[in-house]
Amino acid sequence: MDTMRDRFMRVTSELLDSDPRVAVVLADIGASNFEPARQRHPDRVINLGIREQLLIGVTSGLALSGLRPVAHTFAPFLVERPFEQIKLDIVHQGVGAVLVSAGGSFDYPFYGRTHQAPGDVALLDTLPGWTVHVPGHPDEAEAQLRAAVTADGPVYLRLSLPANAAPFPARPGELTVLRIGSAGTVLAVGPMADAVLAATAGLDVTVLYATTIRPFDAHTLRATLSHPDVVLVEPYLTGTSVPVVAEALRDIPHRVLALGVGRQELRRYGTPAEHITAHGLDAVSLRARIADFLSAKPPGRALRVPDGGAPSLTRTC
Amino acid sequence: MSGDEKHDHSAASTLDVLWVLYDQVLRISPDSVADDDRDRFLLSKGHAPKAFYAVLAAKGFIDPAELPGFGTFGSILGHHPDRNLITGVEISSGSLGHGLPIGVGVALGLRARGKTSRVFVLVGDGELDEGSNHEAIAFAGAVGLDRLAVIAVDNSSSTYGWSGGVETRFSREGWSAARVNGRDHQALAQALSAAHPGVPRLVVAVIDPS
Repeated sequence: MDTMRDRFMRVTSELLDSDPRVAVVLADIGASNFEPARQRHPDRVINLGIREQLLIGVTSGLALSGLRPVAHTFAPFLVERPFEQIKLDIVHQGVGAVLVSAGGSFDYPFYGRTHQAPGDVALLDTLPGWTVHVPGHPDEAEAQLRAAVTADGPVYLRLSLPANAAPFPARPGELTVLRIGSAGTVLAVGPMADAVLAATAGLDVTVLYATTIRPFDAHTLRATLSHPDVVLVEPYLTGTSVPVVAEALRDIPHRVLALGVGRQELRRYGTPAEHITAHGLDAVSLRARIADFLSAKPPGRALRVPDGGAPSLTRTC
Repeated sequence: MSGDEKHDHSAASTLDVLWVLYDQVLRISPDSVADDDRDRFLLSKGHAPKAFYAVLAAKGFIDPAELPGFGTFGSILGHHPDRNLITGVEISSGSLGHGLPIGVGVALGLRARGKTSRVFVLVGDGELDEGSNHEAIAFAGAVGLDRLAVIAVDNSSSTYGWSGGVETRFSREGWSAARVNGRDHQALAQALSAAHPGVPRLVVAVIDPS
């Protein structure tokens, strides 16, 4: 299977051929992969050198001039380093762009903390209007990329090396129901789906799958909620989506267990698998944490879903 | 002076440059603010909007009746301009060091679309302390972005100054550079209209800080 980033580069090169609005903006990283496309479209494949503030500033300017820019580099250099440029040059100007990151939270742990960005989605959450895609498979990434390029608003496409073995059927922007249960809901984001399915095997829980985490599909969460215990399993900073779940369930007493990448630096190198385990995101750890959470239910709560939730459920646990 | 104390001085320092741009240089009018072929003017030195608004009003881009409301809750005219509130303002600015990188992108985009429009960015010598400008200066010079011109209003605001003048930094990166009196309209117009084939252009407009 190709990686999400392989797919991104191939498809974006095709889009450059077919859509004259598309421009690719790079800060050295990925430039060699786009060299054939740059030779065909020298004015629309722009490598700025290692200049990430300029990366976002130029992206803004390209959008202001009428193009649909796609900016790409590793997540810490795309979101964290030029964050004020994202805030002001994209959002405050009122223009759209497609920001495509690679590296996820710790895809290259041997590079150390400088190349890790578990806080990228949380940072973007401080700004309005972003569509945030967290695909779990190259096919999903491709569909989201193609949709993003034809849109106008700000889109963040978070690519990662870890991927699920196969794509899941999904409708754009909606949570996908992978399993129905009655003891709680586990929401798996992007590449966490396979581990979550393994971790919840035999548990009586609903499993939802998100590849688009912003805007958040509150409707499906409410419509499938049989018991007000929600477990979030996100491949980035722990608790990033707690506020949107709280807002979605604001009229329903509920509990949330947030699982994700810890805030504390590990100060370890090694492999992605070792970091996944260290953050408790492997299937064995997930099962233990989810089962412990679900078994610690406070007694005698009633669940009512007053509106927007079909079916309307009332259940005492 | 430092920090906010610089703002009024900043506004006064740009008045002549802005007037010459809108009166003699820019191919833009109130009727062509949405014309795809218009020249683009980006006020990066967003601390200087009073002079900007005055020129926009004098040239018919905004209603002069808006001016007295400057900075009030219901006004479209803030202490830093917002492009989404004022027709004809190309970028929102205020935080320094953003306009030139955006201007590089606008110039690249217009070039990719086959447009011959020119892009003018007004910065201040103090603003050039921001490192983001230097990413843009080096890149624009390296790729010969000849639709781009920068006007650097030099009123000696940079805390540590520019050894050899602001133009030294730009010239080193391959820019065409000129230094003129920032109150001399004829000299400004000539410097801003001069051809600079194959390279971006810098005009340093010197203002006596006293």
